[in-house]
Amino acid sequence: MDIYLLEAIINGILLGGVLALLALGLNLIFGVIDVVWIAYADLVMCGMYMVYWLYAGFGWPLLLACAVAIAGVAVLGVLVHVLIIAPILGSAPINQLLATGGLLFFLQSFATLLFGTDFRNLGIRLPIIELGEIYISTARLLAFAIALVGAIALYFFLKRTFIGTAIRAIAQDRDIIGLMGVDQRRIYLVTSAIGGALAGLASCLLLLQYDVHPFIGNTFGPLLFMICVLGGLGDMIGGFVAAFIISQIISIVGYYTNTELAYVLAFAFFIALMFVRPRGIFVR
Amino acid sequence: MLSLAAVSAGYGSFQALFDVSLDVSQGEAVGVIGPNGAGKTTLMRVISGLVPLRGGAMTLEGRSVGGLPAHRVIELGIAHVPEHRRLFPRLSVEDNLRIGAFIPQARARFAEQLDRVYALFPRLKDRRDQFAGTLSGGEQQMCAIGRALMSRPKLLLMDEPSAGLAPLVVEQVFDLVRRIRGEGLTVLIVEQNVQQVLDVVDRAYLLEVGSIKLAGTSSDLKGHEFIRKAYLGL
Repeated sequence: MDIYLLEAIINGILLGGVLALLALGLNLIFGVIDVVWIAYADLVMCGMYMVYWLYAGFGWPLLLACAVAIAGVAVLGVLVHVLIIAPILGSAPINQLLATGGLLFFLQSFATLLFGTDFRNLGIRLPIIELGEIYISTARLLAFAIALVGAIALYFFLKRTFIGTAIRAIAQDRDIIGLMGVDQRRIYLVTSAIGGALAGLASCLLLLQYDVHPFIGNTFGPLLFMICVLGGLGDMIGGFVAAFIISQIISIVGYYTNTELAYVLAFAFFIALMFVRPRGIFVR
Repeated sequence: MLSLAAVSAGYGSFQALFDVSLDVSQGEAVGVIGPNGAGKTTLMRVISGLVPLRGGAMTLEGRSVGGLPAHRVIELGIAHVPEHRRLFPRLSVEDNLRIGAFIPQARARFAEQLDRVYALFPRLKDRRDQFAGTLSGGEQQMCAIGRALMSRPKLLLMDEPSAGLAPLVVEQVFDLVRRIRGEGLTVLIVEQNVQQVLDVVDRAYLLEVGSIKLAGTSSDLKGHEFIRKAYLGL
């Protein structure tokens, strides 16, 4: 087998990890609250700035900066729900889309105002691992591993705890969930906080590999929505798998041609599949 | 134990209950019978807090519970088995039971209560990992009752437990109700299946177009001319 192809495949898998983590967050929120956070990728941008400023600006230890950023984006998630979603929860879905879409422009403009359009990075260079002739970036490997640990932790939280069970149950019957002693509003807050925390974790992992700037959300936001729709909106396992399919397409096509064409083909694949499987590739 | 005084309730401009008063004492099984659309389900939903009270008062053990949201009412000891069971179909049987124990005081004793429910309904233990939506009608009713019992209630509300089940299964469901009574639980049960429900309850109320028309012990009602003609077909 072509050694460089193998490297492309491995990179595709590693790229998929963080996307899969973000897809989990977006699908969790959609599945529970029935609303799509268009500005989800921009919450990641906020998290990246938090890590950047705490670490590079205030000289905090990196792990502490990451922990605070995760908590910070979790709080942002709660604020998005309380300030934007909750007041219009009963209105048409298009209004919720427009509202979180407005948040996207707000966050991007606000970040530009505060930080300018400079590209900033942590200035950390993690070593490259050499496996024979294959080169793997430690930052990517680390991001993949931590994203996977985050996904597994989320899985056990949803499967093994009472609140996790309520989160899984609520979308199946919102009307009677109160009879179980579950306060729907509280579950929405917890879900928003978890969705935010996942975005916060992703922002730490992405900042190891990429520079942060106010529009970084645009580079992977559309990809993320494509992944979620492909996997079936609200289907957490579907989205998780779709993240790896898309990142493989991008990585392999990118290897044979170039990255731009890879994105074009990934979106073409998405559009084609929407004709065949409009509700996601794994609809049961 | 539970007392409703002149309760009225409705949806929008539609009023479903007019000055309904009823009492349930500790350890009793009480039935509410009546035709479709009489307001039986609304009555249950009012008691468990799903539908707000518009007038009147409701007390549980002397404490006012009128106007509390559903997730607070269950904490006070009222569990509701809703009409058509309303299990979470894509959760396993055990997850359905787990969510039944969501309230803090039940969570602490989850394992113990799970054993009790499995002892009461061994079939549920056999099917613990199956999606609740794949259970048969009778098993679903067991699961729905088990889910309500997981909260360790003082009062169990059952809304049409026999609805939509085959006659043979209906028999089984009423056996379940007897077994629950055997556990010493207080039960308020709404049913259209008048003959069978009068066999398991101590007293019953007749609800028609939102008002209590008759009340009495089961044997009184079984002998009552109107009930015999209109509901028992005798």
